[in-house]
Amino acid sequence: MADIKVALVGNPNTGKSTVFNLLTGLNQKIGNFPGITVDKKTGFCKLPDTRTAEIVDLPGTYSLYPKSKDESIVFQVLADRNNNSHPDLIVVIADATNLRRNLLLYAQVADLGLPTLLVLNMADMAKKEGIAVDVDKLANRLGIQVVQMAARNNEGVELLKDAIANSTRISTQNYSINVNSFAPEAINAIKQKLNTANDYYALQVLHQHEHLANFTTKEQSEIEEIERKFNFDSSKLQGEETVARYRHLGTILDGVVTDTGAAKKFANTDKLDSILTHKVWGFAIFLLLLFIIFNAIFAWASYPMDLIDAGFGSLTEMGHEYLPAGMLTDLFLDGVVAGLGGIVIFIPQIAILFAFISILEDTGYMARVTFMMDKVMSKVGLNGKSVVPMIGGLACAVPSIMAARNIESWKDRMITIMVTPLVSCSARLPVYILIISLIIPEGTVFGIFNTQGLALMAMYLVGMVGAVLVAWIMKFLIKAKERSYFIMELPVYRMPRWNNVFFTVVEKSKTFVFEAGKVIIAISIILWVMASFGPGDRFENIENKYAAALADTTKNTQHIESLISSEKLENSYVGILGHWIEPSIRPLGYDWKIGIALITSFAAREAFVGTMATIYSVDGGDEDTDTIRERMLSSINSRTGLPVYTFATGISLMLFYAFAMQCMSTVAIVYRETKSWKWPIIQLVYMTAMAYFAALIAYQLLK
Amino acid sequence: MKLSQLNPGQKGTIVSFTDAEMSVKLMEMGCLPGEVVEVERLAPLGDPMAIRVAGYQLCLRKSEASVIIIQS
Repeated sequence: MADIKVALVGNPNTGKSTVFNLLTGLNQKIGNFPGITVDKKTGFCKLPDTRTAEIVDLPGTYSLYPKSKDESIVFQVLADRNNNSHPDLIVVIADATNLRRNLLLYAQVADLGLPTLLVLNMADMAKKEGIAVDVDKLANRLGIQVVQMAARNNEGVELLKDAIANSTRISTQNYSINVNSFAPEAINAIKQKLNTANDYYALQVLHQHEHLANFTTKEQSEIEEIERKFNFDSSKLQGEETVARYRHLGTILDGVVTDTGAAKKFANTDKLDSILTHKVWGFAIFLLLLFIIFNAIFAWASYPMDLIDAGFGSLTEMGHEYLPAGMLTDLFLDGVVAGLGGIVIFIPQIAILFAFISILEDTGYMARVTFMMDKVMSKVGLNGKSVVPMIGGLACAVPSIMAARNIESWKDRMITIMVTPLVSCSARLPVYILIISLIIPEGTVFGIFNTQGLALMAMYLVGMVGAVLVAWIMKFLIKAKERSYFIMELPVYRMPRWNNVFFTVVEKSKTFVFEAGKVIIAISIILWVMASFGPGDRFENIENKYAAALADTTKNTQHIESLISSEKLENSYVGILGHWIEPSIRPLGYDWKIGIALITSFAAREAFVGTMATIYSVDGGDEDTDTIRERMLSSINSRTGLPVYTFATGISLMLFYAFAMQCMSTVAIVYRETKSWKWPIIQLVYMTAMAYFAALIAYQLLK
Repeated sequence: MKLSQLNPGQKGTIVSFTDAEMSVKLMEMGCLPGEVVEVERLAPLGDPMAIRVAGYQLCLRKSEASVIIIQS
């Protein structure tokens, strides 16, 4: 449906995603590039001439030579004409405050010979820092359209749309360096072999053909044959090319950029860095920020959550009042609506968490956290860059494990993937919140800290410490294939772009509702069915058993009815399953009802709360507005006659959820990222064992 | 002299690299022979280090900085 395909390319931290958001608005979707697992962000944009442009946002990279798996997609999309994201036009986004380094990527991309235009983003910041760019001169020298933008302030987006509309299908850029001279024989051999006229394409193929999926095994070995024949030295030639390109860029930019503010450019960032990466204050501020985030998740989110809770409560009540009574109504209200309520209620917390993460990334603070933590992280076998997946793991392990692709070292990346699911994700949050509210009395410590907030923070620390310990052990078990890197830009501090924060929050909440939601609704329905039916004539027998008592009008029938429903639940399919696993979980302090929740949670942790809602609303018999919390609190273990949710059971249960691999999506993503079943199976086994023993020890000590 | 031997506040000019593979990555990031580098600060635990090069701030581990030969 698009008239023109446009690819956005640029260094990290250039505001590429802001430009993408400005062009496409909320009209964007996330998909996959076929064959690999990098997220593909596409969106549509109406051009001034009424044509529609399809915009693809490619991952940020400093060069076309991939240093990680994430970056290899950029060359694949731009070079392979058969790739279905192959663009008609490349838009290179460059940071105007650091033009020379940004233009290295432009020069490489331009030499591939596709129509290209250049965006000088952050023009306002450049101006403020005393950097003046002669745009016309630059456009002339490069032979392309150059657009100035300040995407953060929404400036220049119309100019960019005009430029896209004005672009031709024929490339106009001036070629820069003499690419052929680096390895003439090998390049000519490849050109002949692949039937291409582009020297740079041929050179890139020589450098990175092993990353390219579009060649057959036969072609791959033929390319390798050419490399051997002409002694193609990849590292040396990449170095020579980079030096030559920078030299050329020096002449291009001569007289184009005048920098009068180099000295004051970093004044603010320097001042902030001396505090934020300080030996004492740096760590103190980081911890304080984490605490503020958790406090916010607990305190701020409670208002919208109460509203949602009350809303779904009255919806169910009204439904039972006005809808015709029967099995379908019960399925709809107690299965579907109850399950839906269980999902929607966590949107406020997920939104707050992602708002914070996205603000920390956007301001440049996250890079400093990486910088501060690298020494510690590398001690336990991780990498400073593991901090982002691990902090992201606070939200969800699935995107975080995908984010681990930015770690170049294979060993560091594997360990990060293996331990990220131990970090307490948002799916554990509902479980923690429910249990904490049951076993920790509300109050304050030192007059300011909420006890329940502290308990929640403790659970997050438990997850983090577990992750660090396991990483440290794995450091000795996994053999390295290559060395670990840590060469990274520290961007200047900036105010967060509220637009981007908003887009991230919407995108992540949507992902949660639709991805986790599907599983939760499905489980809610299956569970309702399993809880409402039993094998053979068990249900009938129960009804017969109590028939006489019910007929006796002198007795209180309400009590008998609730006896019937609880006996029915115990004899339903789900009750039987819960009973079946009870002996193995009794040492952890759990009864068969918790057993049911553990079973459903193996699909997704957040199913715990939904399961509890279903079990206790079925159990309770009458359709009152009692919250799950109150029902759980008053539940009594039929074996011991004591409350089920004691302090010991609660702690044991939270530890189990902290360590267990109860997420099918994570298992799937680990398989996809490691390309073997070995890693997800190891992960599933070690995490389940860790969860069981931690819960066992905690319960036995505390009971 | 190696870049890793400089203290915060000290400057030097890049002369060469002792590791070809690492040098590609470093040069792409703007650490070219002839560029002036200044050590800005060390991370709180002494490693990695933040340097000013090519008009921006870059951080790298000391082990990585030790492949950069400089002249002060």
